[in-house]
Amino acid sequence: MTTHLFRFFPILENQELTVPAGSVAEVLHAVDAISPGFCDYVLDERGALRRHVNVSINDTIVIDRKALSDHVGDDATVYIFQALSGG
Amino acid sequence: MSNLILLGTRKGIVILDRKDSSWHPRPIEHAGVPVCYAARDPRDATLWASLDHGHWGPKLSRSRDAGTTWENAPAIKYPEGARYIVKVLPTPDFDPDAPTGQPEYAGATVYKIWNIAFGSDAQPGRLYAGTIPGGLFVSDDGGESWELNRPLWNHESRGGDLFRGDATSENRWQGTPASIDYGVFEPGIHSIVIDPRDADHIHVAVSTAGVLETTDGGKSWTGRNQGMLMDYSPNPKAEWGHDPHFVAGCPGEPDHLWQQNHCGVFYSNDGAQNWRAVSKPEADARFGFPVAVDANDGRTAWVIPAKGDFERMAIGGGLAVARTTDGGQSWQSLRNGLPQEHAYDIVLRHALDIAGDTLCFGSTTGNVYLSEDRGENWQCLGNHFPPIYSVRFG
Repeated sequence: MTTHLFRFFPILENQELTVPAGSVAEVLHAVDAISPGFCDYVLDERGALRRHVNVSINDTIVIDRKALSDHVGDDATVYIFQALSGG
Repeated sequence: MSNLILLGTRKGIVILDRKDSSWHPRPIEHAGVPVCYAARDPRDATLWASLDHGHWGPKLSRSRDAGTTWENAPAIKYPEGARYIVKVLPTPDFDPDAPTGQPEYAGATVYKIWNIAFGSDAQPGRLYAGTIPGGLFVSDDGGESWELNRPLWNHESRGGDLFRGDATSENRWQGTPASIDYGVFEPGIHSIVIDPRDADHIHVAVSTAGVLETTDGGKSWTGRNQGMLMDYSPNPKAEWGHDPHFVAGCPGEPDHLWQQNHCGVFYSNDGAQNWRAVSKPEADARFGFPVAVDANDGRTAWVIPAKGDFERMAIGGGLAVARTTDGGQSWQSLRNGLPQEHAYDIVLRHALDIAGDTLCFGSTTGNVYLSEDRGENWQCLGNHFPPIYSVRFG
């Protein structure tokens, strides 16, 4: 997870979270349960990934940015980072 | 006289305190986070900041201890089913009256919380927030929860009630260039003027649509663009498509409203029933973004002229504030204490404020100037602030 998010959610710093396998949306909401408000930072109120946020499963960027339905396998790792959209 | 100034800047919020007749900036708060608007609620002294995170979405932050500590406020969210008709950047032959063909719909999300306004003393928990893409949100519990004002969102000038189904009318609202940063071209509400005599009487200004008025607390809204002119449109007098940059009212004479528009300065002395063009290009009063109105005399207003439309810089390299005391019939150019060469400052719509005889403005070049004598003389409060989006006395 990008370190930028630790500024707003210090509870997540240095943590490796293990959550049940499921969709990316389910994984993110599991993180939100630990640190309420987290989803508002990475998702908009329609549940879509914010424009300048990227999520990958292992080294594959997720395809479904709208509903985050991509499947996360049992041993997979989800990464959350900023999309580099500036100079 | 106010002893507090809040600067919303590209890199956080800077609070200046007046002590021993001089102003002292505190260390920046929300360091690194753009703050597009910051203001103090005069009813309970809460400080509010609209954070414009590049990556993490718009957020509200508030301080209940005069700026010592800040907390996240509950998020403003469009309700399920809120949609709008997508706009695209106009081409040079853009005609706001032309039919737009088959509409394309999008689910609404908050891109920017552009303005925060505080209700009257009779409505202690009432707050308003103007957003891109053009929704007005209302809170009656001090910002704990927010509700979209549906009559304005569902206005027939925007296509009707899209919660119920597809559009029943044309969408006459256009986008604001301020939305392009978010990858869209949608309208935004940047001005909310509440009548001190009647809390149910409110004007809002929308870029790019125009001014709307409610007299029943937001249950119904009427366009108030009579007399406005769009020099960029084939039909300059069309009802919709106007580009108010900012609208401000006179608290002591609430029927007196001022509008700095893309197409000049406009004034109304009948509660926006009619607008009158009062630009005086020869006196450098035409293009600009902010306008400030005297608290008691509705004929007295200040604007900060810029070279428009393409350059958007100080005119001739010198900063000036233009003041009228006669409802825009004449303007005085006030320059004492302001740089008169090599100045490229532009002052954005929320970056000029007035408190009594004191005016303050900040520029995108990071300069802040203050006058304690109604604009006659100016002193510099700093040259090295981040680009400034808003200036509000506390």
